Amino acid sequence: MEIDLARRIASDPNYQELKAKRSRFGWWLTLAMMVVYYGFILLVAFDKEFLAQRMGAGVMTIGMPIGFGVIVFTIVITAIYVKRANREFDDLTAAVAKAVLK
Amino acid sequence: MSRLPDIVRRLLTLAALFGVSAAVWSAGPDLGQAEKQATNWTAISMFVIFVGVTLFITKWAAARTKSAADFYTAGGGVTGFQNGLAISGDYMSAASFLGISAAVMASGFDGLIYSIGFLVGWPVITFLMAERLRNLGKFTFADVAAFRFKQAPVRIFAASGTLVVVAFYLIAQMVGAGQLIKLLFGLDYWIAVVIVGALMMIYVLFGGMTATTWVQIIKACMLLGGATFMALSVLWHFGFSPEAMFAEAVKIKTDLALKEGKTAAAAATFGQAIMGPGNFVKDPISAISFGMALMFGTAGLPHILMRFFTVPSAKEARKSVMWATGWIGYFYLLTFIIGFGAIAFVLTNPEFLDAKGALRGGGNMAAIHLANAVGGNVFLGFISAVAFATILAVVAGLTLSGASAVSHDLYATVVKSGKADGASELRVSRMTTVALGILAVLLGIAFEKQNIAFMVSLAFAIAASANFPVLFMSVLWKDCTTRGAVIGGFLGLISSVVLTIVSPSVWEATLGYPKGSALFPYTSPALFSMTIAFVGIWLISILDRSERAAIDRGGFLAQQVRSETGIGSSSASGH
Repeated sequence: MEIDLARRIASDPNYQELKAKRSRFGWWLTLAMMVVYYGFILLVAFDKEFLAQRMGAGVMTIGMPIGFGVIVFTIVITAIYVKRANREFDDLTAAVAKAVLK
Repeated sequence: MSRLPDIVRRLLTLAALFGVSAAVWSAGPDLGQAEKQATNWTAISMFVIFVGVTLFITKWAAARTKSAADFYTAGGGVTGFQNGLAISGDYMSAASFLGISAAVMASGFDGLIYSIGFLVGWPVITFLMAERLRNLGKFTFADVAAFRFKQAPVRIFAASGTLVVVAFYLIAQMVGAGQLIKLLFGLDYWIAVVIVGALMMIYVLFGGMTATTWVQIIKACMLLGGATFMALSVLWHFGFSPEAMFAEAVKIKTDLALKEGKTAAAAATFGQAIMGPGNFVKDPISAISFGMALMFGTAGLPHILMRFFTVPSAKEARKSVMWATGWIGYFYLLTFIIGFGAIAFVLTNPEFLDAKGALRGGGNMAAIHLANAVGGNVFLGFISAVAFATILAVVAGLTLSGASAVSHDLYATVVKSGKADGASELRVSRMTTVALGILAVLLGIAFEKQNIAFMVSLAFAIAASANFPVLFMSVLWKDCTTRGAVIGGFLGLISSVVLTIVSPSVWEATLGYPKGSALFPYTSPALFSMTIAFVGIWLISILDRSERAAIDRGGFLAQQVRSETGIGSSSASGH
């Protein structure tokens, strides 16, 4: 890509909005995933008794729904990103492309 | 002086690549040693059908594989949904299906902790990498890492990172295939290794990425279908009540402990222990370090990264990771249920146990015996064929990414300075495929008796410490330079390998040094080797005052614009 075209795109307000929004959203979600996963691992490392605690009269422990929850969280958080990106980020990208490539 | 021969002997053992003895890499299940079983004709005929279908597809794919772009990326025409299935087919290995379900059967909750680690890298790839990779890359991840840098040094680094990761991963798969075949089909070890090598060569050689993709898609569907049937049968037996399933498993574990002569109280504690964390996480540093290797290693595996170039746009790349994350997460939920089902159906059935009460055929047979218990001999044959197909699909993907690193990065870019024509590049990648196939068979046979359990973990650690930092910094950090990326990347590569060698699982368990003599006390090197790589890239880049550094930094704006918008990006069609 020629540097002129790159400069022209970089100064497009739609591009700046796209870059800022996507990068902020991506980093926040990454942080959320890391907090959940490393939180789970630290819980396993430091408080095994908490996870092994029974929830009721049966054998079910608190750890089971938490562990399954981490798997479900991973899928859901990915879906949240993809849903917003498919709508908002793709529209912005299309607007940028339309502005410079006409 | 008597120490000298001893040291020589140990060095020789090391040179022969992580020598003798059998012990465990505490962090992960592997396929281990297996005893040969009676020839299973149902399983063999199911597998022959699978091979027939995939060879037919390869013939069809071969007619469409004409250009280098067809070979590397199936012409870039794979949809997000198809690619998502293919990625899961590439990622869900036989070790994770048989190994994790066996780990759950043995220790319950710990198996869940292990499988979660393999899943959490996917969102990070989605949020930070997938779209940018697609927008910047063409055939290999080196296209992205070297985008604004001096081509030759970065390509040489990326090809080294690719080949080292592929080699370790490949050895683990080939040895796994041999053990599995002995176990499932009752054939000799070397026959299995040769069959895997030959089929993989045929797929990749003639059908390139198109055939590899379809082998992975079919395998993913078979594996997900089979595992779903097993998990549903287990849940149906317990009236779809998880509590009933867990209660039965705890009761069986308690009874087994009672039989071994434990007191009632100790047996009850032992039984309930499968419902909570056990010994999987020993110290917090190992836990974090191993977690980092899995999380960021996924984002640095060359055969996985390569799959992002098979889709036509950033939108499809994003959709593929969405599907892949969903399928892989679902698969790990299934293996957990299968593991608990195995406690209920396999551990209680004398048909599946030897005289000592251990599983017939070894610990990894949990899912296989369960298949027999819930679906009879035909379903057992199906699951056995799926397990073999699984290895084949993973091995084909690995070989393809190794071959493209040699032909696209080393031959076309470094040797021919980017002036190679498509036909000669294609010829080199086919020659490399044959070479890698033969090498894989030889390594598979050479490592038959070795303890290779640490190799998949090592492959993840190297991917996290070498490939990922370079890719990440080159795409996202403006001031990164060629010199910083190459030196920092090699530091990560070397430190992850060296720290693994001097860790207890190789130094003590494999090389046979006395317990406690390992210099590096933790399970995984990633926490340290990733730090070394990132600090190395950062420090050398900011100190870099060369002419090239100015060009590298000046190229960032154009790279960033393309990575964000995809404007000017390669359509990957090559026509």
